[in-house]
Amino acid sequence: MTHILIMVAQRLALGLLTLFAVSLIIFLGVELLPGDITQAILGQGATPETVAAFRRELKLDLPPHERYIAWLGGIVQGDLGQSLANKREITELMGVRLQNTLFLAFIAAVISIPLALGLGILAALYRNSLYDRAVNVFTLSSISFPEFFVAYILILVFAVHLGWFPSISNIGHELGFWERVYRTIMPALTLTLVVVAHMMRMTRAAIINLLASPYIEMATLKGLPRSRIIVRHALPNALAPIINVVVINLAYLIVGVVIVEVVFVYPGLGQLLIDAVRTRDIPVVQATGLVFAAAYILLNLSADVLSIMTNPRLLHPR
Amino acid sequence: MASGESTRGERAPLLTMTGLRIEGQADEEWHEIVHGIDVVLHRGEVLGLIGESGAGKSTIGLAAMGYARPGCRLTGGDIVFDGIELRAASRGRQRLLRGARIAYVAQSAAAAFNPAHRLIDQFSEAPVHHRVKSRSAAEADARDLYGRLRLPEPETIGYRYPHQVSGGQLQRAMVAMAMACRPDLIVFDEPTTALDVTTQIEVLAAIKDVVRQFDTAAIYISHDLAVVAQMADRIMVLRHGNLVEEGTADSIVNRPEQDYTQRLLAVRTFRKPAAEPSAEEPLLRIEGISARYRRSARVLESIDLDIGRQRTVAIVGESGSGKSTLARVVTGLLPPEEGRLVFDGAVLAPALARRPRESLRRVQMIHQMPDTALNPRQRMREVVGRPLTFYSGLRGRKRTERVRELLQMVELEPDAFIDRYPGELSGGQKQRMCIARALAAEPDLIICDEVTSALDQLVAERVLQLLQRLQDDLGVSYMFITHDFATVRAISDEIVVMFQGRIVEQGARNEVLEPPHHAYTDLLLSSVPEMKIGWLDRTLARRGQGPGSDKEGPDRSAPPG
Repeated sequence: MTHILIMVAQRLALGLLTLFAVSLIIFLGVELLPGDITQAILGQGATPETVAAFRRELKLDLPPHERYIAWLGGIVQGDLGQSLANKREITELMGVRLQNTLFLAFIAAVISIPLALGLGILAALYRNSLYDRAVNVFTLSSISFPEFFVAYILILVFAVHLGWFPSISNIGHELGFWERVYRTIMPALTLTLVVVAHMMRMTRAAIINLLASPYIEMATLKGLPRSRIIVRHALPNALAPIINVVVINLAYLIVGVVIVEVVFVYPGLGQLLIDAVRTRDIPVVQATGLVFAAAYILLNLSADVLSIMTNPRLLHPR
Repeated sequence: MASGESTRGERAPLLTMTGLRIEGQADEEWHEIVHGIDVVLHRGEVLGLIGESGAGKSTIGLAAMGYARPGCRLTGGDIVFDGIELRAASRGRQRLLRGARIAYVAQSAAAAFNPAHRLIDQFSEAPVHHRVKSRSAAEADARDLYGRLRLPEPETIGYRYPHQVSGGQLQRAMVAMAMACRPDLIVFDEPTTALDVTTQIEVLAAIKDVVRQFDTAAIYISHDLAVVAQMADRIMVLRHGNLVEEGTADSIVNRPEQDYTQRLLAVRTFRKPAAEPSAEEPLLRIEGISARYRRSARVLESIDLDIGRQRTVAIVGESGSGKSTLARVVTGLLPPEEGRLVFDGAVLAPALARRPRESLRRVQMIHQMPDTALNPRQRMREVVGRPLTFYSGLRGRKRTERVRELLQMVELEPDAFIDRYPGELSGGQKQRMCIARALAAEPDLIICDEVTSALDQLVAERVLQLLQRLQDDLGVSYMFITHDFATVRAISDEIVVMFQGRIVEQGARNEVLEPPHHAYTDLLLSSVPEMKIGWLDRTLARRGQGPGSDKEGPDRSAPPG
């Protein structure tokens, strides 16, 4: 077990290094953004003197490297800074939003992952059948449409015509769990349609890729039924690539939700990011970017660890 | 034909295949690869199928289970197993038989065991699925069979994963798995081909033992007639999907009627004449070489050996003995930890990158697998031409002319082959291409790493003859790495026997091959199957072991004294 712990520690260190590099990129990227918060807040008519005074107050007059070091120092101490727009602590501002985004990602994952694996296994089992083709065509076309289009189609069908679900997913803490689930279904369904194809196709391909293996032939020659061969003999060996794709899609569920949150007016991190960009609220933009990056890195780390755990050669060394 | 004959008693045959025809798919077209073969097998009988690659042996063996690999299809004939017509049977019916009454033992146990499950789980799967035994009864039976097959620690070995046991043990575990439902018939598909000779003899003994104990019928498939002669009661010689000759093992080995069978038997009669010991300075001196791969234990320990000019030095040993590592040291791919290489009087740089082009040119290498050693997207013109440009600066017409000369040297018609891709060549032709590529550099030393082991015996023999002719004509030296004693006998001047990274014996060919031997050399030599009926039983009896033994090759912990 120790070698796995060492490997995890190594990946974790590498992840921190990546996060550091990402923080630098985010900071530089935001520096390059056109526009200025002072103008956004004070308006076009502000005199140069008031603008300069306001800039001094926000410490925007300091050189970039000093501001970066101050920012990084704050992050290390768990302080993401204050919003320029409303002076609130960013950690506090983001807390609820992050929870909401994770909740949406969770609901979407609970629907999409079992669905994708199930469809993929069945597609491998009935390879080249009518079912296989139908599933492929359906999932492929669902990712081929842009997300907002899928979202609006769903709204049209389920909210406008059928009236089953609300078209605005306005959730808050006062709501009960099931009520929140109910209001989250529509954005979750949109995300599901976007991610299911990728995971399902990888599941199918990873399994089919193994069907020519001698141990699959051996299982056939033991007289086992096809379903058992796929689930018991092919799937365990196909897990590593499947896990990787599932995790990439999980990361997408967290960091790729911007458009979906906007369409459904869902109070998540994506909304916060859009609002912050609109008001040139630089610390918030930077903080959200960093949280997205951290989520991405953490999920990929867990994919690595899970892939190792499914490999008997690494789990049970000689 | 199933009804009339009753020479083996009143019982009907266990398996009859009549007029079996099988097609294989190549380039989107179906071609017949088995042309109407008849097979009859009685209960408790062992039938040997022998032939070179492409003979259709495995395809016929699998057809006995009503199975055709993807890309193959059964197109004609009847397959009747114990009164059941397998071709007409439903999939469900076929599944009831497979694993339960007919079992399969594959060539590579390492590939045929599922890496994700423990051995005993894979053992129990068939008996539990076919409702022959309960899970706990199956596990108890597995431990019993592991013991009978003389696997070490039979009580616990089943709880390991496939990668945690050795190749020979895995092969025996697969035999145990095939026996799990006590089938009437087992198809053995080259079960020992991937093993070292010392391991092979143990696995052969184990197979023979359990097949006898349970009176199981078997189809034993091999390209090695000497092995089949030990195992089979009756032998069918196959070629290109046709039957060449069929008879008892004794009559096939001792009184073959067909020319092709005689050629298979006569294989490896080629012998290089014994060379005079020479006094001149050797071409390559390997002095006190020790080497290891990163962070591993040492794989070479103080190797000293000389390779004379126009000499062939055979390096023999089992897998893991360090022979290929030695080749990597000589080529510079693995710089040694200690020791040095003296080539033609000058010290060679340890690392490849430090060697001048001229010394790279003088040492060339030919690999075991010509399939993977040739770039599939390069025509022969480029494969052979590139070293000509690289080492000699030849271009254009001059280069083409030289390529044609080299093709002629390796006995390939230049017009027919110069513009072919590797995919358009047979295995033997590919290996000739690799030889031509090595010769293009006009080297003094060619390292041959198992160059014939991927080839059929008859083809391998011709490649060896070619290598010998080239040595006579061009005066090159060979460092010839192999685990095959037939090859060693044929081509070597001197023999170096390696075991666990050390040289245990070295000397002129006849000295090493003739007694008295070093203990390990003796074990190696006596494990090479001979083309004699009863060789296996006699050898095992002489070693004082019952058929099957708990030791697998020599004791791995200490080098033999």
